[in-house]
Amino acid sequence: MNSIKDRAALIKNAADTMGKQTFQGTADKNNTARTELTAQGAKVVTLEEAIKRTGLKDGMTISFHHHFRGGDKVINMVVAKLAEMGFKNLHLASSSLIDVHEPLIDHIKAGVITKISTSGLRGNLAKEISHGLMEEPVVFRSHGGRGSAIANGDLHIDVAFLGASSADPMGNACGYSRSENAKSICGSLGYALPDAQYADKVVILTDDLVAYPNTPMSISERNVDYVVVVDSVGDSSKIASGAIRDTKNPRDILLAQQAAKVIINSGYFKQGFSIQTGSGGASLAAVKFIRQSMIDQGITASFALGGITAHMVKMHEEGLIERLIDVQSFDKVAAESLKSDPMHQEVSANEYASYDEPGSATHSLDIVILSALEVDVDFNVNVLVGSDGIIRGAIGGHPDTAADSALSIIVCPLLRGRIPCVVDEVTTHITPGSTVDVVVTEYGIAVNPRRPELAERLKKAGLNIVEIASLRDRANAIIGTPAPLPFGDKVVGIVMNRDGSVMDVIKNIVD
Amino acid sequence: MEVKNAVAGTLESGDILIQIAPANTAGLHIELDSTVAYQFGKQIEAVIAETLQNFGLTDAEVKATDKGALDCTIRARVTAAAVRATGKDVWAD
Repeated sequence: MNSIKDRAALIKNAADTMGKQTFQGTADKNNTARTELTAQGAKVVTLEEAIKRTGLKDGMTISFHHHFRGGDKVINMVVAKLAEMGFKNLHLASSSLIDVHEPLIDHIKAGVITKISTSGLRGNLAKEISHGLMEEPVVFRSHGGRGSAIANGDLHIDVAFLGASSADPMGNACGYSRSENAKSICGSLGYALPDAQYADKVVILTDDLVAYPNTPMSISERNVDYVVVVDSVGDSSKIASGAIRDTKNPRDILLAQQAAKVIINSGYFKQGFSIQTGSGGASLAAVKFIRQSMIDQGITASFALGGITAHMVKMHEEGLIERLIDVQSFDKVAAESLKSDPMHQEVSANEYASYDEPGSATHSLDIVILSALEVDVDFNVNVLVGSDGIIRGAIGGHPDTAADSALSIIVCPLLRGRIPCVVDEVTTHITPGSTVDVVVTEYGIAVNPRRPELAERLKKAGLNIVEIASLRDRANAIIGTPAPLPFGDKVVGIVMNRDGSVMDVIKNIVD
Repeated sequence: MEVKNAVAGTLESGDILIQIAPANTAGLHIELDSTVAYQFGKQIEAVIAETLQNFGLTDAEVKATDKGALDCTIRARVTAAAVRATGKDVWAD
């Protein structure tokens, strides 16, 4: 005989051997229709309830993404709620901070936020911090560096508050919505993905709660603890503003044309090349000017990386760029394309640009065009601190892409008003000169002496190749010698290199 | 030299707005507000003073709002404001 009763002793034996219980009875079965059941998912709570349930305590680290850039509403909303609930000494770790986050000044003064980690700072918040608003220095990381730091534990996140343009009650979330109630769109959630994966608790804030399943999803429900419905997570119309506006400035266009000539004659402009453009009018515009050469020479790019723009989407749709790899959608066109085009792939900050992630996309990148606040005669670049000593920018992916690409091109004017962009020594070291290949200005193009073969190719193509020191001298001849900046003795910022080492510090400015 | 209220320049980036008014007390009183004050404030004040002295204007209230203008621009705007303030035509000959 071999009935289940006969096998009872053997079942008990097997269970004992495995250290398990034997099966007792039947599981409870819920007969509610699943559309009703999933509509009232247990994860959907108010913001205050979500904060309470995460177990957030004073002194812990909270994180955010900045995909809505100037239109972001999540950071101010959540920090205001935390202040109202009486939290103190929080560490705010955002992928970046922008002008719109000025209300943080009051929360810093009130002791709600006492530490900040970010890629950048702008506006009055940056100005106040530069003047010594905070006791603890702000820690600045590149996007790839932040991805690494979250993955390896250098930056441990207790609770991530991540805005999403759609989420279902289980927490499957996207930077866009496929429902007719869609209120916002930011496209890629690349900078939020490390947070979603590694934070102890993850709260999704959304302005469009959609029916389960919100597939294909960007953030999976398995990483999400709570879902909070809010009126608005961000104003999408303000994404393509500030540093990522489409330029009509004739000097930017001239610089973009020069950069395009460098690319076309660099030796890297061949079938299957890959390209990225950083923020800044001239670098974003450069891709427009290589388009015609691609058509004329019958060359297509294998992929475009990074901040994806409408220009790149257009070239992708024309068949000139095969695939788009998108850590951040720089405008609404890019965000819509990410939503609808399977060849337009979202990536996390780690897969985008982390130095210790062998598969990160920057390792496969041929050409990057980047902007700069300052470049010095050793090709070091500063993109964070203005020439007046005030923090006014962001590291972004600058050092990541400069280091990993085969050819890094910096475009900057010789002067901005009376401020020189080619200087003796940059105010703050962000991207090491050893990773920078070419500097394009309207007064000539400087090639890093490390790359004589490249200088030779560009000279042969008739480009105006000059010594970088001559650009500095030319700038100084026009503007006179600047007086030294009134720095104090307090460290207000620490710049981390992408490998986790400390690159530089930023001192306070004393008026 | 008789001085009237006069203005030259704009608040555009790379320009400077010069406002000249009759002096309350003897001498040139220059009040500068500049986006590049840390690095170039002293130099800009010196260029304004030198331009006015060469022009022959020794007593005036001068308000300068600078948006990163180069010295050549500053001289041009200061001269234009001084011409308008005094009626003295420096370009006649």
